[in-house]
Amino acid sequence: MYDWPILSVVTFLPLVGALLIVLMIRGDDEVAKRNARWVALWATLVTFVISLLLLLGFDPSATEFQFVETRSWIGDIAAYRMGVDGISLPFVLLTTLLMPMCILASWESIQLRVKEYMICFLVLETLMIGTFSSLDLLQFYIFFEGGLIPMFIIIGIWGGKRRIYATFKFFLYTLAGSVLMMLAIMAMYWQSGTTDIVSLLHFNFPSGMQKWLWLAFFASFAVKMPMWPVHTWLPDAHVEAPTAGSVILAGILLKMGGYGFLRFSLPMFPEASAYFAPFVFTLSVIAIVYTSLVALMQEDIKKLIAYSSVAHMGYVTMGIFTLTQAGIQGAVFQMVSHGFVSGALFLCVGVVYDRMHTREIAAYGGLVHRMPIYATVFMVFTMANVGLPGTSGFIGEFLTLIATFGRNSWVAFFATSGVILSACYALWLYRRVIFGPLEKESLKSILDLNHREMLSLIPLLFFTILFGIWPQPILDACNVAVNAIMARADMASGAVKAASLMLP
Amino acid sequence: MYQVIVFLPLLGFLIAGLFGRMIGARASELVTTTLLFIAAFFAWIVFFRTTFGGEDGTVELFTWMSTGGLDVTWAIRVDSLTAVMLILVTTVSALVHLYSMGYMHEDPSRPRFFAYLSLFTFAMLTLVTSDNLVQLFFGWEGVGLASYLLIGFWYDKPSACAAAMKAFIVNRVGDFGFALGIFAVFMMTGSVAFEQVFASAPSLVDKNILFLGHEWHAPTIICLLLFVGAMGKSAQLGLHTWLPDAMEGPTPVSALIHAATMVTAGVFMVARLSPLFELSQTALNVVLFVGASTAFFAATIGCVQNDIKRVIAYSTCSQLGYMFTALGTGAYSVGVFHLLTHGFFKALLFLAAGSVITAMHHEQDMRHMGGLWRKIPFTYGTMMIGGLALTGFPFTAGYYSKDAIIETAFVSSSPFATYAWVLTVAAAALTAFYTWRQMFMTFHGETRADHHTYDHVHESPKTMLIPLGVLSLGALFAGMILYPYFVGHDVDQFFREAIFMGPENKILEEMHHIPGWAKWAPTAMMALGFLTAYWMYIANPAVPKALAKQNDVLYRFLLNKWYFDEIYDFLFVRTTKWLGNFLWKQGDIRVIDGYGPNGVSARVVDVTNRVIRLQTGYLYHYAFVMLVGVAALITWFMFGGAH
Repeated sequence: MYDWPILSVVTFLPLVGALLIVLMIRGDDEVAKRNARWVALWATLVTFVISLLLLLGFDPSATEFQFVETRSWIGDIAAYRMGVDGISLPFVLLTTLLMPMCILASWESIQLRVKEYMICFLVLETLMIGTFSSLDLLQFYIFFEGGLIPMFIIIGIWGGKRRIYATFKFFLYTLAGSVLMMLAIMAMYWQSGTTDIVSLLHFNFPSGMQKWLWLAFFASFAVKMPMWPVHTWLPDAHVEAPTAGSVILAGILLKMGGYGFLRFSLPMFPEASAYFAPFVFTLSVIAIVYTSLVALMQEDIKKLIAYSSVAHMGYVTMGIFTLTQAGIQGAVFQMVSHGFVSGALFLCVGVVYDRMHTREIAAYGGLVHRMPIYATVFMVFTMANVGLPGTSGFIGEFLTLIATFGRNSWVAFFATSGVILSACYALWLYRRVIFGPLEKESLKSILDLNHREMLSLIPLLFFTILFGIWPQPILDACNVAVNAIMARADMASGAVKAASLMLP
Repeated sequence: MYQVIVFLPLLGFLIAGLFGRMIGARASELVTTTLLFIAAFFAWIVFFRTTFGGEDGTVELFTWMSTGGLDVTWAIRVDSLTAVMLILVTTVSALVHLYSMGYMHEDPSRPRFFAYLSLFTFAMLTLVTSDNLVQLFFGWEGVGLASYLLIGFWYDKPSACAAAMKAFIVNRVGDFGFALGIFAVFMMTGSVAFEQVFASAPSLVDKNILFLGHEWHAPTIICLLLFVGAMGKSAQLGLHTWLPDAMEGPTPVSALIHAATMVTAGVFMVARLSPLFELSQTALNVVLFVGASTAFFAATIGCVQNDIKRVIAYSTCSQLGYMFTALGTGAYSVGVFHLLTHGFFKALLFLAAGSVITAMHHEQDMRHMGGLWRKIPFTYGTMMIGGLALTGFPFTAGYYSKDAIIETAFVSSSPFATYAWVLTVAAAALTAFYTWRQMFMTFHGETRADHHTYDHVHESPKTMLIPLGVLSLGALFAGMILYPYFVGHDVDQFFREAIFMGPENKILEEMHHIPGWAKWAPTAMMALGFLTAYWMYIANPAVPKALAKQNDVLYRFLLNKWYFDEIYDFLFVRTTKWLGNFLWKQGDIRVIDGYGPNGVSARVVDVTNRVIRLQTGYLYHYAFVMLVGVAALITWFMFGGAH
């Protein structure tokens, strides 16, 4: 499409920004801080604009990966391979869109080691985009796991009081999963002789091996998602992370698990995926009901939203493992939508946290009197979180649920009960924070959204509504890619059927 | 033209909502109200063209979602059923907008109020014009949102916030069923668009569906699931608890949303889906049973309420039960008829009550009223008209529609027909009783208000009285004029394909051949209710107290609304909270974290400590361990690795 390596540019431009900060900015005075912020903002903005070219040049009807780049790297073992399809492109764009907002959200709230903070975020952006656009298994693994490090640092240095506990929990969980994935990747290489994802997508692993490989990948992705019962790192990480860290964590990092399922588990181990689908259903339904109930009783705003994220990710895993067109497309949509909505909700929490320095629900109440714009924005995102039709939150839930109903009505029944519970916790939160009389002395002088905060929230609000009434761009984008996954799954089920027919 | 009707209120919402502060309260009021009146004007044109001119039509706007066999479009579908709803919604909404200009004129957040009203109207219009189940669901939840926002409009009041939340969540319980119903429809017919669903409906008759591990008759389970949604939105027995609390919202809201339009969405839905409901006698029986039970149950509570708005709220609940009774007998057009007439006279009653409340300086307790008719004669007159229509006084609107429902219950062949007939006739007496009780307590007798308030009672401004006058006309004449088209001989011609009645469904014919005593029973009951109320509140004002004391248990049972709130609080609210806490504290913290990361790290620390202890520093300890190790190695080589 373009005669320059656009994907590499988008991926590594933030890294260039980070290098600029390292090389150009000296000292730790106000000027240096300001420069670091501006460099980071420009780097992320330019990355975003260039990533829009991806959208322009993307052909949703093509069945192959697009913007493919290949360079040799470690001899025969792995090469540098880049490319996107309809499943990864939305996530690349989501990343580049959320990044400038994160920089904006940290504009005033981060005053300590601004330079290092910005470097961390820029490096993180490179690693995240790299994860979504890698077409080589080893390269994917490096980006995927590499993302842990800056996140670890962000929470560990700029986090809250219990940040050390949270970082270690976060790190241990994700590491435990990824060790298994590493082993699986090696096994895949020895079996197939390549780490090229495109060829692996057409490689048929023996069905016994598929199950082990599937489980190893599952360990890693389930932690990332996070699925019940390996979800407890998420609330802690969210609570301790700075606002922008939470936005990235909920908006992008959680999506890597779902992306992994779609990129690896389903097409590469189709038989194992079909075999384990009931297991995933069970975990998803437990996640939806269990974490919604837990969310209901939280006393910390961020923790509540973190738990609700786990519940929403339950819809994603459920949708993916329906192994149907509508279910998987719904899952992709749900992930993108959750990126907007949860990101925006964490930004909203950040707004009041910056002013009051507490996340206790009980410390708030009656904010609508002083902050009407904030109340409106928060209401829209709360409703999107609840899955109100007309917001993007509805589409993903609806598509995954309608697909699930065709597979198993028990699963659909319990998962749908999540819509009641989500209304309970979200509205209760809204009532306690926003509604009611303004009685607390400390809140009486609180200020409404400023322009910088509006700048980061309004685009998200726009997309939440736009994709709520017109989700077709995202659905069309991933249509063909999901078709390909389905073809693999059907072939596998055909093979299973053929095998079972041959048995006496 | 269709787009104009639907999108003008949206435009009003956007203008008042986004720029309300910039253009000021007055401009917001004028803009939204004017747009609504224009929409209402077009709605009436569409109504005549569609119903009498026979012009049905669907305008497809654009694709909402399309994936894997599921195609959902944004569309505006207008047929006779929709047209009836269009005039009801836009007319009442326009009048309520106008009324609110007077009622809310002291409120500082008027732009927000008018924006919400217009938002509600838009959502309701998308609901009634939808041509598929998902858009219906969009409107369904949209009106739920608007209702939530408007009930909680005075967000300073904790009771208002609680009521708003309750309304949304209880409705969500209904939507849970509705959503499952949509999924089931899609699974069985492969579509969610009405055209395709209705086209393939006849083939469902003998199909089964596997739901929750059991094979069910497909149309029955589909209709029952969808009906759960209708029960939530239309406040039927079991899911009714939110409606009385919703009276925390401003009175115009109660008139528009919680009487005339939104709460009737369930009735509309069942009528719209008549091709499905016709397939399942079981589902219709359930509808009939629930409807009749609600009609009676809510009327009993209405008899002891003291808040002027709550009486009307329970009355609404009860009248919605009547509508479902008609639907349950298969007389869909009769249910819709009552929906329409009820929309007019109930909106009238609420708005008149609002006028009383303004006159009394926001006093809502009827025990502090009385003797007001001299002071506010116009309000009194219009409320009287509304009350007469509600009780079914001959030749008013309610007389035609409500009595028709009782007749359908009488002739129905459903096993619950007698049950329904007895309950609806009894409810007719109760309706008359509580309506007259309300009229007497509010307007007649010696005043119980304090001097100061009573002296300052004044008639409301014109903006409030005009809507009362217009709605009075509807309450008086709508029944008489429209009877032939909804109950009489022109039903088929009027509704055409909008309502489907199976070939063996002859209820509309049969109901014209009922014995005279059955026909006049509801009217007799109405008279009985009136006489009782007169005796208790005018002739012998001491009677109510004595009766309440005599039947203390019954009285309190009714006063506490059959203890539904208490039971639900115990069964659901507390259980859920307890469960949430339990899963959090025991599940997440104790089990998962305790045996997971914290446990593992604790074990690691333990092991390290033990290893440290092993390092005793004595040489012979190490030597001994080495010896054991060498012995083990040799043993392994000899026995294990030798062959």
